[in-house]
Amino acid sequence: MKRYLVPLALFVLLLGFLGLGLQLNPREVPSPFIDKPAPQFTLGILGNDTASFSPAQMRGQVWLLNVWASWCVACREEHDLLMTISQQKIVPMIGLDYKDKVADAELWLKERGNPYALSISDSKGQVGIDYGVYGVPETFVIDRNGVIRFKQIGPLTPQIFQDKILPLIRKLNA
Amino acid sequence: MRKIISVALLIYVWQVSCLAQAPSTAQPLNTNPALEAQVNTISNELRCLVCQNQTIADSNADLAIDLKNQIRTQLTQGRTQAEILDYMVQRYGDFVLYKPPLKASTWFLWLGPFVILLLAFFFLWRQIQVRKKLLSEQQFSQAELARATALLNNGAPNNIAQPKDRP
Repeated sequence: MKRYLVPLALFVLLLGFLGLGLQLNPREVPSPFIDKPAPQFTLGILGNDTASFSPAQMRGQVWLLNVWASWCVACREEHDLLMTISQQKIVPMIGLDYKDKVADAELWLKERGNPYALSISDSKGQVGIDYGVYGVPETFVIDRNGVIRFKQIGPLTPQIFQDKILPLIRKLNA
Repeated sequence: MRKIISVALLIYVWQVSCLAQAPSTAQPLNTNPALEAQVNTISNELRCLVCQNQTIADSNADLAIDLKNQIRTQLTQGRTQAEILDYMVQRYGDFVLYKPPLKASTWFLWLGPFVILLLAFFFLWRQIQVRKKLLSEQQFSQAELARATALLNNGAPNNIAQPKDRP
């Protein structure tokens, strides 16, 4: 009897590892940006050709950088939540309009509502590369000192916002 | 006749439109093969994060094309391969490297198989020792020894039927 126990235990262990593997999302790659300063850039603001934005302007407040695009299907999923966050004035949100056409982006905001304090137009995707963006939408939580504290890859859900982002914002604002 | 003319016209229009498109489709043919070869070498080291089982050299994803352009630009600026790989790791993490680096968090990945092999050898060796000991300690009873002697001396014990003599 004992001789069967060892292979059985190994098999159960293997099953355990495989089961664990199924729970993980392979698209969620640990970001090297967590607890690192947000990369600096200066880019034009969507719908305002004369003004520009740089993350340094947000020093002293906790804010969200939300990467979106009008061609991004998954962005539709999180848009309602973004509108709620914006209406309740929970946290200032800056949009990074990633590899998009200005006209399409403006139409998107007009049709669905604009949850952003402002959106930056990254038509070439250079800032996207600097922020390691690979799956739009992505959301960064950036603290008062301009340090990235959290990154969400893929659409935000009310649950993720309640469980992870809201407590973090409260902690950072405290 | 009319049909033939319209078909001929269609073919003509189609060919002209193909000709018109030709310059734009054939454009990316590179001007510098050495540079392009270098871009390719580096692209083969990098994982496309959009389609994770492809290198960016293999991938046609938008991001992969952007990153290839990024590599090309940086090479023309005189950056080395190590610098460019480092640039990518800073942005996308170690996962972007197709060959994971050997460091504290990956030593088990690299050395694990050898550790398991060593463990297997150890258990095999121990099993052999146990068997050897078992064989050397094997004690036979008097009856067993007597039977063995009988077998050796007579060719067969009494209780086994003798083969019949051949005619």
